[in-house]
Amino acid sequence: MNVHPILATLRRHKTAAGLIALEIALSCAIVSNAVFLIGDRLDRIRQPSGLAEAELVHFQLVGITRVEDPEAQAAEDIAALRAVPGVRSVATVNQIPFGNSSWYSSLNLEPEQQNPTMQVTTYVGSEDLLETMGLSLVSGRDFVPEEYVEFQQAQSDPEVVIPAVIVSRAVADRLFPGENPLGRSVYVWGAAPQRIVGVVEHLAKPNDIGGPSSEHTSVLMPVSAPVQYGINYLVRVDAGRRDGVLEEGVAALEAVNPSRIVLEDRTRTFEAFRDDYFQDDRAMAWLLVGVCVALLVVTALGIVGLASFWVQQRTRQIGIRRALGATRGQIIGYFQTENFLIATIGIAAGMVLAYAINGALMGRYELPRLPWYYLPLGAVVLWTLGQLSVLGPALRAAAVPPAVATRSV
Amino acid sequence: MLGYYLDLALRSLRRNKALTALMVVAIALGIGASMTTLTVFYVLSGDPVPGKSDRLFFVQMDPQDMNGYTPGVEPPEQVTRLDAETLLRDGRGVRQALMAGGSVAIEPDREDLRPFYLRARYTSKDLFEMFDVPLRYGSAWGDAEDGDRARVAVISAALNDRLFDGADSTGGSIRLNQTTFRIVGVLDEWRPAPRFYDLTGTQYGEVEEVFLPFSTSRELSMSFSGNMSCWERYQGDQTESGAPCTWMQYWVELASPADAADYRAYLVNYYEQQSAAGRFERPTNVRLRDLMTWLEFKQVVPSDVRLQTWLAFAFLLVCLINTVGLLLAKFLRRSGEIGVRRALGASRRDILVQFLVEATVVGLAGGVLGLGLAWLGLWAVRQQPASYADLASLDPVMLATTFGLALAAGVLAGLLPAWRACRITPAIQLKSQ
Repeated sequence: MNVHPILATLRRHKTAAGLIALEIALSCAIVSNAVFLIGDRLDRIRQPSGLAEAELVHFQLVGITRVEDPEAQAAEDIAALRAVPGVRSVATVNQIPFGNSSWYSSLNLEPEQQNPTMQVTTYVGSEDLLETMGLSLVSGRDFVPEEYVEFQQAQSDPEVVIPAVIVSRAVADRLFPGENPLGRSVYVWGAAPQRIVGVVEHLAKPNDIGGPSSEHTSVLMPVSAPVQYGINYLVRVDAGRRDGVLEEGVAALEAVNPSRIVLEDRTRTFEAFRDDYFQDDRAMAWLLVGVCVALLVVTALGIVGLASFWVQQRTRQIGIRRALGATRGQIIGYFQTENFLIATIGIAAGMVLAYAINGALMGRYELPRLPWYYLPLGAVVLWTLGQLSVLGPALRAAAVPPAVATRSV
Repeated sequence: MLGYYLDLALRSLRRNKALTALMVVAIALGIGASMTTLTVFYVLSGDPVPGKSDRLFFVQMDPQDMNGYTPGVEPPEQVTRLDAETLLRDGRGVRQALMAGGSVAIEPDREDLRPFYLRARYTSKDLFEMFDVPLRYGSAWGDAEDGDRARVAVISAALNDRLFDGADSTGGSIRLNQTTFRIVGVLDEWRPAPRFYDLTGTQYGEVEEVFLPFSTSRELSMSFSGNMSCWERYQGDQTESGAPCTWMQYWVELASPADAADYRAYLVNYYEQQSAAGRFERPTNVRLRDLMTWLEFKQVVPSDVRLQTWLAFAFLLVCLINTVGLLLAKFLRRSGEIGVRRALGASRRDILVQFLVEATVVGLAGGVLGLGLAWLGLWAVRQQPASYADLASLDPVMLATTFGLALAAGVLAGLLPAWRACRITPAIQLKSQ
């Protein structure tokens, strides 16, 4: 295919061709960034928490009257929940990933340190917490019963010693890169150090405060969860029994002490917490999908519209070419090549623009650089879109009979 | 003449129905999307206390010890109870209030309602007047109640509807945390956006359901809920006055924005006194921002909403370019017609106006349809679970903006094609016929 006549024609329609190229450039730039953002959101939504999510339900209660011995009541609650069919293990807990509450603490390596080594989130709870959460230990062990300290005591007694801590792999790697973290001492709570007794693979932070929840800068401590005002139970059940356990669990807890309020929006499956937590990200991902589709449709229709005009405008010339021996295939090829040239100019400009937009987004949203493979991908999508859009008008052009050349003169 | 051009425009648009529809729909989509996002942005970045926000100031000071100190660090967002109570006692502003969030259990005096939990705000009495809070019944409590730790409460309209079916409940009582409180006031609808006075929690959520004197809440050890930050190991209740914890907000109303310098000087003086007494360790670090500056500093408008607004306008741009291209092709195809009109005496200006009219018709049709789409888009936003969802609706300002945007879009899209059309040389067109 000789491109010279095409270029000559395009030179006569600089503005219209330029506008289509500009439209393609903008679409290319926006769509590649939008797809990148969608990927980023999906990664966020799918981030692992480290917990056995499909098997967990959560209860939260608050008291109306003051209870004499809240620890004893908690023990009674746990026993009642364990008796519910389908329940495998129960623990009190202070916070869960993607939940509503969060505890943060600084972690030091020396007793009297000026600037904290790092910030961590502290998970505390009753004895079966690790088992209930379903965390997987990479090395070391779970806490032993002798290591546990009551929350009230840990909070008010300066002499009390919390002897052990379990850290996430992310924390271990940051504190002791390339070394065995087991047995090392850290200062998280109180004047005495905690020895690292175990490392878990994943344990997401409850939320994005002080860094994304996917950073997993989390530790577990052998301290019972606070039970004075409100109380949280994490319950691991057979996956199919989650709804049943929620219902029967509430009844069991109310039987222990009816003068408590079960907080409905915190008494749900773990998956419900996760769904809620990421609902904005999900909405944003869908919105971006919508924008991409709308942009591509508008661009395609623009190409169809302009190509149709050109076909109408050049009917006579097409007739002459056909009369002079051009085949239908050559006519179609002409319009497809023309579109390919315009699209290529647009795509080239679009890639530059895509990187510029990405640069601006990187500053605002802490996004990484747009991976290079988005560019050929975007180019292929827009080339295909252009070829498909121009096909209709090109076929109509090919249908112009050679006789038109003689008739209209 | 304009009527004639309008007639010509409508005829021309009717001739090419599919193309006209394409241009109108493209503009409508662009305008619909940008107006939806712009309205959300506008609602979320509004002034929650109109007419007064430049005289309302948020107080910050840094009471932390030297651990982790870096020069120029932003002081904590909240203040300690001791500082809040001292500033309140000094009372250097026209009005001032300390406040904190909390939660209380309520036992309704009704057979059909079980006990439930309420979001509460513990505050001193000036909050209501200072923030222009509308009251449906009764009034706020006064100095005496703050001083006496009185069992009084102001409840929200929603809670009043739930407990008393919307009747005037002032003088009545409610049982909170097993203590009887007298209702002194009932709020009218009050939905400041953002919920500016405490940005540590839900920034666009609804206001609390019950407001209680802060002094009372402490006497009854009512539970705190919100953000608390402590910096040294402390044995005992973290909500005690001497605790090294920041968890309260402090707002002050001044007589005029110009008084801010004096008030800042007072804060600096207070800080230096505390330093001299050995209570504060850091170099003097206080902030006094007026309401809107504070909201801007906190970047309350969610970054997703900003991104959406940018996206929508980029989309509008693509739709406009699309329309410009199509109009251009369309106008230039009528070169012969233009040549004849020019030869018959029409000036370039006439041609320009004629085609601008046609473009404007397209723009306006797109605008009207776009308004419908924006309305639909905002309806869709309201179905979202986001806390600001219910705030998204069109108001007269945004309606006028939409109309202006549509008009501008049409004229802008028509400008280049019409200009090119009026530059056509009649002689060549007539020859080639």
